[in-house]
Amino acid sequence: MDQAWTNALLGGGLIGLSATILLLVSGRVTGISGIFFGVLKPVKNDFHWRLMFVLGLLFGGFIASFFLDSPFINLSGRPLTAVVIGGFLVGFGTRLGSGCTSGHGVCGISRLSPRSIAATLTFIGAGIVSVYLISKIIGW
Amino acid sequence: MKRGLVALVVGLLFGMGLTISGMTQPQKIIGFLDVFGNWDPSLAFVMMGAIGVHFFAYRIAKHQTSPLLADTFLVTSNKEIDNKLLVGAAIFGIGWGIAGYCPGPAITSLVSLNSEVFIFVLSMSVGMFFYDFWLKSRN
Repeated sequence: MDQAWTNALLGGGLIGLSATILLLVSGRVTGISGIFFGVLKPVKNDFHWRLMFVLGLLFGGFIASFFLDSPFINLSGRPLTAVVIGGFLVGFGTRLGSGCTSGHGVCGISRLSPRSIAATLTFIGAGIVSVYLISKIIGW
Repeated sequence: MKRGLVALVVGLLFGMGLTISGMTQPQKIIGFLDVFGNWDPSLAFVMMGAIGVHFFAYRIAKHQTSPLLADTFLVTSNKEIDNKLLVGAAIFGIGWGIAGYCPGPAITSLVSLNSEVFIFVLSMSVGMFFYDFWLKSRN
C-alpha cells in the first residue's frame, strides 16, 4: 500500500483511540470546534480541560513533526484572501451546524447519529462543490 | 486535575493522528475534495481508521453507567435534522474547500509558526464569535 494511505489509516486509528479515551474516561465527545470555542469564550468550571486538550493538540503536532517530512507545509496555492474567507466560513458554519469533521465526522458517525451522518455528507458535498467551482471559475 | 491530564493526553494523541494522517496539509484536503479533478482519495482512510476504532467506544459505553472520571456521558440525543444543521454544515464545507483547513488540523498546525495558519485560526475565531452576534441581532 502507498505510504500516504497507510499513514492516513494509522493517523485515523490514533484519532479514534483518542476520542475513545475521552468518551470512556471523561464522558465527552471530541468535537474540536466546540472544545476550542469553549477556550475562546469560557464557561465557569468548563474551561480547564478544554485548554489542556488544545495544548495537547499542539504538543501532538510538535512530536509527530519529528517523524515526518514537512507535515505543515501549505502547497495548496490558495491566496491569503482565501485563507481569511475560508477561516471565517469554517468558524461560522461549525457553530451554526454544531460541529466539524471531528464531532460529526468521527464521533457522530461512530455512534450512527442521523444528524451527524447528514451533516458529514453535507459538508463533504459542499466541499466538493466549493473546490470544483473555485477551480472552474476562479482558477486557483 | 485528573481530567485535565486526560484531556492533555487525548489532545496529544489527536494532534499526532491529524499530523501523521496528512490532515494538516491543505493541499491534501483540497485534493480529497477535488473529485472532478485530480482526486486524491487517501484521506478517506483517516475517517475509516478513526471510525473503525471509535465505533467500539460507543458499544462499550452502552454497558457502562458512567465514565471512569465523570458522573455522566455528555452525549447529545438530538436526532432532528434541521435547516440550522444542514446550512451550517454547508457553510463549513464551502470554507473547508476554499482554505483546505478544518478546525483541528488548523489549531494543530499552529506549531509550525506559519503566519498563514495564524491568520486562518484568527479568522475562524472571528467567525465563531460572529455567530453569537448574528444570533443576538436576529432575536
